[in-house]
Amino acid sequence: MVPVLLILIPLLTGVALFAIRQEATAKSIALFSTLVSLAVMLAGMSVWNDAAHLSFNQPWIGALNSRFHFELDGMSQLLCLLTTFAFPLIIYSTWNNSYVDGNRFFGLMLLSQAGLLGVFMAMDAMLFYFFWELALIPLYFLCSRWGGEKRVQVTIKFFIYTFVGSLFMLIGLILLYFKSGGSFAWADYVKLTLSAREEMTIFILLVVAFAVKMPLFPFHTWQPDTYEQSPTAVTMILSAIMAKMGVFGLLRWLAPVVPAATYQWGDNFATLAVVGMLYASFVAIKQDDLKRLVAWSSIAHIGLMILALFAPSYSGIQGIMIQMFNHGINILGMWIVVNVIEQQFGTRKISELGGLAQKAPVLTILMLIVALANIAMPLTNAFIGEFMMFNGIWGSTATKFGMIYALAGIITIILSAVYTLRMVQNVFYGPTNERTANATDIRLNVQIALAILVVGIVLIGIYPKPILSMTTEISQQILDRMNLK
Amino acid sequence: MNAIILSAILGVVLMFTGIFTTNKSTIRAVAVGGMLLLLLANIAELRGMQFFDINTRGMLVFSKLGLLFNSIAFGATLLYFLLSARDVLEVGENGADYFALIFFILCGVSIVSSFNSLLLLFLGIEIISIPLYILTGSDKRNLKSNEASLKYFLMGAFSTGIMLMGIVLMYGARATFSIDPTLQIANAGRDVWYTSGLMLLFISMAFKVSAAPFHFWTPDVYDGAPTVFTSFMATIVKAAVFIAFVRLFEFSYSNSGYDWRLIVSVVIAATLLIGNITAIFQQSVKRMLAYSSIAQAGFMLFALFSYNALSKEGIILYSLGYSLATIGVFAVLIKMKDYTFEGFNGLARTQPVLAATTTIFLLSLAGIPMTIGFFAKYFMLASAVKTGTYLWLVILAIICAAISVYYYFRVIQAMYFKEGAGETVAISSVFRWLLILVAGLIILFGIFPNMILNYLYF
Repeated sequence: MVPVLLILIPLLTGVALFAIRQEATAKSIALFSTLVSLAVMLAGMSVWNDAAHLSFNQPWIGALNSRFHFELDGMSQLLCLLTTFAFPLIIYSTWNNSYVDGNRFFGLMLLSQAGLLGVFMAMDAMLFYFFWELALIPLYFLCSRWGGEKRVQVTIKFFIYTFVGSLFMLIGLILLYFKSGGSFAWADYVKLTLSAREEMTIFILLVVAFAVKMPLFPFHTWQPDTYEQSPTAVTMILSAIMAKMGVFGLLRWLAPVVPAATYQWGDNFATLAVVGMLYASFVAIKQDDLKRLVAWSSIAHIGLMILALFAPSYSGIQGIMIQMFNHGINILGMWIVVNVIEQQFGTRKISELGGLAQKAPVLTILMLIVALANIAMPLTNAFIGEFMMFNGIWGSTATKFGMIYALAGIITIILSAVYTLRMVQNVFYGPTNERTANATDIRLNVQIALAILVVGIVLIGIYPKPILSMTTEISQQILDRMNLK
Repeated sequence: MNAIILSAILGVVLMFTGIFTTNKSTIRAVAVGGMLLLLLANIAELRGMQFFDINTRGMLVFSKLGLLFNSIAFGATLLYFLLSARDVLEVGENGADYFALIFFILCGVSIVSSFNSLLLLFLGIEIISIPLYILTGSDKRNLKSNEASLKYFLMGAFSTGIMLMGIVLMYGARATFSIDPTLQIANAGRDVWYTSGLMLLFISMAFKVSAAPFHFWTPDVYDGAPTVFTSFMATIVKAAVFIAFVRLFEFSYSNSGYDWRLIVSVVIAATLLIGNITAIFQQSVKRMLAYSSIAQAGFMLFALFSYNALSKEGIILYSLGYSLATIGVFAVLIKMKDYTFEGFNGLARTQPVLAATTTIFLLSLAGIPMTIGFFAKYFMLASAVKTGTYLWLVILAIICAAISVYYYFRVIQAMYFKEGAGETVAISSVFRWLLILVAGLIILFGIFPNMILNYLYF
């Protein structure tokens, strides 16, 4: 019931928006629709929090034994909450951006929301693949139609990259289908016993899709360009939510399905993750474009989650879960600030900005908290998540190199402080220049959006238990499947 | 049987219509009405109603697969008539004759979908081919059209010769034309004849479906023929030959073992690579579609490669998905003033409906989920994975599918993201609604492929 509503509300509103000509009306309807989704999600976590309301299971393609099977378990709830929470904020905080053919813009946004929610709730591999692609297509059109100058070349690269990944995953899922005796159900996959060779093949086929999506070094080359060229509202979706699709894929469809191969390949992928984190952090320091800076910092942060999965332990997995949510809202905050700056000054170059703190104190205070969360200061949400992950990586029984990974990872935290604070310093402090001399403070809607995020950041930073308790069961299940403690 | 007899009669009826009237809308009405009749008659047979009771002495077998395919081919032709009948009449002065030839081709289609004897296969293939040679050259004053027709005819005649030789060898080895192994007399020491015969048949059929390395005629012929007829040739005719191909090889695995897979896999790999990679470099959308049709043939060949229940379902879905999408794209292409990629620039602004539906057709050709093209590719790949061998071929196929995204999306990019006038000839609102209908069918079957597959079994 709840899953069906969560998919149908954005899907139907999204299609309907194509028929509405006025941009302002379309925007209001889109905001309303996302708020309704959020309300449904919250109801699903409170009053309707029982199996009958949270799952939906109907036959779909009889010949393939595939079913419309959605379920909201702890991890799905967490990510659906992130999605439904982020979308209204994205629309609200970019309220003053205007788009040519705005109704189509918001229609496509809602279609991508439907796709993303479907990915997070699907318990049937075929359905999962369906929504995985459904989330991608609207984003392709959003980036190519409303993006920057080089958008067409950049987004086709993005599309082909992810499409190749998806097709590999499809072959992996087909193999799983035959190995499990003709089933697409996740519940059957986590009970499978496969030979080492079969697991290996399936692992490689599946991991490519997730590695491209997150993105994991060296599959990341599409990401900075795409983040830079997309309209900021779309970049928010890409980084706050779509990057989580990859991590979610690892946690739901990879680690518990082919545990032995995940364990076997753990060190290779953990090394890639560490290399990627260090590389992305160093590159981020050299960036002058705000969007590219946040994009590279995102690669570094996601890298830590990948590392925690391939050097697993209970604390690490729980850390990934909470950090998926935290990273979503933190990076959303960063993008909102970037959007404000770009809208007001028409530039994203750090070197062309300066002294905003004198002109825009409210923005600066809110921005500073988000920036501190980005570097995982204590009392912010990211501290909890990253601390748990480092703790888990260090103590992981699955790898001999846990300590080395953790130490290398901690260097990236220092580097993240370097690039984040350097950005804060150059953009917000120092003397104003002719561009920023007449700066004004942010509008009320941005204030409210950022304030909501800041409250979230601090609340989770002080009291993370409600979120952690949502995912205890699934984290334990993943570890049991991998035979680890 | 209904379809074979009725389509031959309808062909004659249309020829006479051309004698009695030159009124274009009358001819169109007769053609569309006849097509509808043919479709209904075939569906009646699929549901168990035979209008004609003729003893074919086992030379024709009307299986669910064949009849379902006929329905798909006739349904697709009906849509093709509705979308493009006006353009068929524009090609030359003999409008009614073109329709008559198409009905004769459909007669051949219904023979090759149900043949059980190699003689009937030969007959069916020839009934399909000869009208096609004429249609290719129907734009009499156009040099390219003449060239295409001659080229097609000479090459086609060659492949017919090879086919006959193969049939003779197989007859010599088994003492019957029947493809049913229970009727064949295994003649010790003549297996070599049989295998070489089968090989020759394979080559001539591969020529007809434009599989590499027998594909060289395809781009020139598809490019030179009047666009309306290219549309028909590339979809319904090609799919029909595939059904014949699948029926022919139905028993060959039991006869000559799985060694076939090696040959078929090499042909698939070559077809996919040549089709996809050459398509990237085309400047004309029509020529790109010609190469893309070679590439799609590579995917359809998987039905021969794996030969199991999944591949039968796959070839049905593929025929349907590929025909619908390609007919749609060609119907739009005919309306364009400029056939190059630049000609599509800015179409989304001038003709939003055309652009949106073309996008759906292209997404389906690329195999994106939510369209029937996805399930078509899915069943083909799944059938190949099921054989448990040749995983490299499947990987190659998905890489080629990703390459195909590049050139299909070039059209989408031109329509949506480039500035231009996107000039078209005048377009009626009926045409728009028909395009929406075709796009709707693609999405409907793309979400519920069962709606088609159930007919294979019930």
